[in-house]
Amino acid sequence: MSDPAVGPKLAASFGLSAEEYARAVKIIGRTPNLTELGIFSVMWSEHCSYKSSKTWLRRLPTTGPHVICGPGENAGVIDIGEGQAAIFKMESHNHPSFIEPYQGAATGVGGILRDVFTMGARPIANLNALRFGSPDHPKTRHLVAGVVAGIGGYGNCVGVPTVGGECNFHPSYNGNILVNAMTVGIADKNRIFYSAAAGPGNPVIYVGAKTGRDGIHGATMASAEFSDDSEEKRPTVQVGDPFTEKLLIEACLELMEGDAIVAIQDMGAAGLTSSSVEMAGKGGLGLELDLDRVPVREQGMTPYEIMLSESQERMLMILKPGSEATARAVFEKWELDFARIGRVTETGRLVLRMNGKVAADMPIEPLVTQAPLYDRPWVPAATPRDLGAEEIEAREPIAVLKTLLACPDLASKRWIWEQYDHLVMGRTVQRPGGDAAVVMLPDGKRALALVTDCTPRYCQADPKRGGAQAVAETWRNLTAVGATPLAITDNMNFGNPERPEIMGQFAQCIEGMREACLALDYPVVSGNVSLYNETNGKGILPTPAIGGVGLLDDAAKSVSLALKRAGETLLLIGGTKGHLGASLYLREVLGREDGAPPPVDLAAERRNGDFLREELKAGRVSACHDLADGGLLVALAEMAMAAGIGAAIECPPGLAAHAFLFGEDQGRYLIATAAPDVVKANAHKAGVPVIALGMTGGDQLTVKGAGAISVVELKRLNEAWLPSYMEG
Amino acid sequence: MQSAIIVFPGSNREQDVFDALHRASGRKPLTVWHRDSELPKADLIVIPGGFAYGDYLRCGAMAAHSPIMREVKARAAAGTPVLGICNGFQIITEAGLLPGALLTNKTLRFHCRNVHLRVETSQTVFTSRYAEGQVIDVPVAHHDGNYFADEATLDRLEGEGRIAFRYCGPDGTLGEEANANGSARAIAGIFNETKTVLGLMPHPEDATHPLQGSLDGVGFFEGLVEALA
Repeated sequence: MSDPAVGPKLAASFGLSAEEYARAVKIIGRTPNLTELGIFSVMWSEHCSYKSSKTWLRRLPTTGPHVICGPGENAGVIDIGEGQAAIFKMESHNHPSFIEPYQGAATGVGGILRDVFTMGARPIANLNALRFGSPDHPKTRHLVAGVVAGIGGYGNCVGVPTVGGECNFHPSYNGNILVNAMTVGIADKNRIFYSAAAGPGNPVIYVGAKTGRDGIHGATMASAEFSDDSEEKRPTVQVGDPFTEKLLIEACLELMEGDAIVAIQDMGAAGLTSSSVEMAGKGGLGLELDLDRVPVREQGMTPYEIMLSESQERMLMILKPGSEATARAVFEKWELDFARIGRVTETGRLVLRMNGKVAADMPIEPLVTQAPLYDRPWVPAATPRDLGAEEIEAREPIAVLKTLLACPDLASKRWIWEQYDHLVMGRTVQRPGGDAAVVMLPDGKRALALVTDCTPRYCQADPKRGGAQAVAETWRNLTAVGATPLAITDNMNFGNPERPEIMGQFAQCIEGMREACLALDYPVVSGNVSLYNETNGKGILPTPAIGGVGLLDDAAKSVSLALKRAGETLLLIGGTKGHLGASLYLREVLGREDGAPPPVDLAAERRNGDFLREELKAGRVSACHDLADGGLLVALAEMAMAAGIGAAIECPPGLAAHAFLFGEDQGRYLIATAAPDVVKANAHKAGVPVIALGMTGGDQLTVKGAGAISVVELKRLNEAWLPSYMEG
Repeated sequence: MQSAIIVFPGSNREQDVFDALHRASGRKPLTVWHRDSELPKADLIVIPGGFAYGDYLRCGAMAAHSPIMREVKARAAAGTPVLGICNGFQIITEAGLLPGALLTNKTLRFHCRNVHLRVETSQTVFTSRYAEGQVIDVPVAHHDGNYFADEATLDRLEGEGRIAFRYCGPDGTLGEEANANGSARAIAGIFNETKTVLGLMPHPEDATHPLQGSLDGVGFFEGLVEALA
C-alpha cells in the first residue's frame, strides 16, 4: 500500500484549511510527507492548538499567591500548605463518548488521571460533569448507561474514588453529550514533575502499554462537528485498560521517588506526536526517535500510524544519563513495556526514523509557535430582560416542590454515583449528593473540598452572567462545606466557533468567569476547551463547566447539608429578590425557558461567603446548603431528605410566595443553627442579609399557609425518577 | 499482632486495610508483593480488595494462581488466620480456600453504598467483639459480589455455622431489598471448616475512622488484635 498523495485536498480531509496547509508547506520548506502532514494536522487541530480559544483564554486570571503552576502544563498546581501541593484538571471526552459511551467515558477518566500523576501526584479523587440529551430522546438511556458504567469501570479499577459530579439533561445535547472528567492529586510541593525536555543526549523513554491502531486522528475528530454519519467514526475512539493504568500509576510514582526523571508527559490526544513535540518545544530542543523501537501491538504499522495512534496508558519520559537501568527495573516489576526510543538533540528538529529511512524531519519551534491563532468574529448574545414575579404565574408551592424534586435535573443521582466507588482509599468524608465532596488528606487532619458545577441555561440566556455564576456557584459550594476556595479548572464546552454567535457565547462566558475569578481571588490553573459540539449545525447550550478546589484545615469540621436535629433555627443568609427568570420553576412548572438569569453580585457573594465560613469554623452551624437550582424550598427539602428530619417555615411579608420559595437569587445559603442570635448579630455586623425562616423538626415539610408534605414522600419522589427512567 | 497484606498488581484497597489494622493494633502491617514466594511470619494474612490482574478471565482467577498463593494456602492449612475482603474473597474462593463463587450482582451494576450486615456467629477470631445477631453498618463496593454455591454446600455452611455475615435490613430482618447483589441466602461472608479463613464482600476496614461515616468495623479489627495478640 503506497501513501496517498499529499496536497491541499488530503490536508482538508485531515481538518487543515488551505491557508493552514500553505503555512505548513512554508515551515517545512517542501511538500510534507504523509507522516509530517499528519503531525501538522493534529498539532494544529482545535483540540491541541486552542487556535480559536487561546486569545480569549488569556484573559482569565491564572496567578495568585498559592498558584505554583497555571495553565500550560499537564495540570494546574496549587500550594495547599505544609509542604504539599494539589494538582488538578478537568478534561472533556465528549465526541468519543457519544460515539462509544463506555470506552469514550472510560478513556476520558484514564486521560485525566494521567495528566495528574504525570506531574508526580498521587490521584486522590475523581469528579465529573455530565450532560445528556432529553430523557425522551431514543439514545439518551443508552448513553447514560454506557457513560456511567465507563466512568465507574475505569475509576473503580484504578482505585481512585469518584466523589462528586453533576448531571443535567437538555434537548440541546441530543446529538452531543458532554463528558467532562476531573482528577485531583496530591504531591510534595518540591517533588513536582514537568514536561520540558532538557539535556541533549538524554534518552527518550517510552513506557506503558503498546501502541496499536486505535484512536488514530481522535484529536481531529474531536475538532469537527458531527453529522449523521458520525457513528462511522467509531474506530477513532480509543479503548481503555484501567488495569494497565493502575500499574502505570504505581510504576511512575515509584520511579518519581528517585531522581531519574528529567521530564515526563503522558501520551494523550495526538499520542506520541503531541507528547514529543510539546516536550521538545517547551525545552527549545530537538528529538530523534527510532520508531522501530516503539512497542507495537500489531505488525506492519506505518510511521504515520505510530505517531497518530491514541492508544491509551502510555507515557514519554526523558531520563537522566545513567538512570536507565534503575527505571527499567521499576517498570519491569510492574510488568509494563519500557523502551528507549530516541534521544534529545540540539537541532530543534523532530527527526523520525523507521526501517532505515527518515520518516519525518521537521522543525519543532515553528510547529508550536507558528500554529494558527484565530481571533474569530463574534457577536454578543441578545440577552433577555429580567422578568418580574408578577409576570410569572404563581402555582401551589407544595405541588411545585413535588414537580421540581422529581424533574430530571433535580432528581437524585444516586443511581449514578452508587456505581462509582466513592469510598476506596478510605478518606471520603463527604460523599456524592452534597454541595461539595470532602476528602481527607493523607495527614489525616486536613481535607480538600471538591466540586464541579455549571448552569448552562443561564449561560444560554446571558453568557456573561452565566459564566460568572458558574464560577461563583463552585465557590459557594466549597464554602458551604466549610472550605476556603483556592482555585478552579475549567472545561469550556461550546458549539462551532466559526459561527459568530457561538464565539460570542464563548467570549462573554469568559468575561463573566474572569470577573468572578478576580472578585473571589479564585484563579484558573488548568483547563480544556471542547468546541464543535454541534450536530447538523445545531449547537449545545454553552457549558463552561467549572471544577473547584478548596481546603479545610480540619476535616472533622466540615459541615454537610443534612439537618442534624430537631429544634434548630433555619436562617437564610443573603438577600432575596425573588428572581424567577431562567429558573427551573419557569422551565419545569410553566414550560417556559425565557427571561434573564439571576444577576451575580460578586461583592455580595464574597461578603456572604466569607462571613458564613467563619460561622462554620466556629461550629455554630450544624447544617448548610447553598441555594441554587430550584431555589429555597428545594434546598430545604434536600436538607430534610438527607436527614429524614422535617422543618416548618414561614415566608416573610413583602415578596410573592412563588418568587420567595423558588426564585434563584445568587449568593445565598440556608443554614440550621442552635445559636441563631449570635449568627444574626455577626451577620448584621458583617452587613450580610439574614432572616429567620422557621425551625427544624417533625417528619413533614411545612410552609405556613401553603400546607405540608411528608419528608418520606418527598424522598420517594426524588429517588424514584432516575432508576425508573433507566429501567425504561 | 503482626499482619501481612498481600499486594497483587491491581490491588487497590490495601491502604484502607493497612490503616484499619494499624489503628487497631498500633503496629504497621507488612505488605508483601505477590511475586515474593517467601511469606514473612505473620499472625494474620490479608488479601485486600481491588481488581487483581484487572479481573481478567474471572475475578480472582489469575491471582489465585500467583506463586504467593501456594504459601498462603500452606499457612492457612497450618492454622494461620486468612482474611479475604471483596476481591480478596474472590481470590481465596478461586484458590479453593472457601467453597462457592462470586457472580455478577443481580442488577448487573457496581454497587457502592453502606449496607447492614447481621453477624451470624461471634465464636470466631474475626467476630468475637460482636454479638450473634448484632447488626452492623459497613460499606460495600463491588460488581461481582453475588455469592453462589449449590444447595448441598449452602446447607453444609449453615449446618456448620460457617456463615459469617448476611445482608439484612437495619433491624436485622432478611429480605430481597437488603440483599441487593442477589447472594444465595443473603450471604455476605463465609468461613472455612476451622473458621480461621474468612472471605467477605463488604469492607469493614472502611468503617473504622470517625470521618468514614460508621465505626462498626472497629470491633472487627480490635477483635482480631485481641484474639491474635
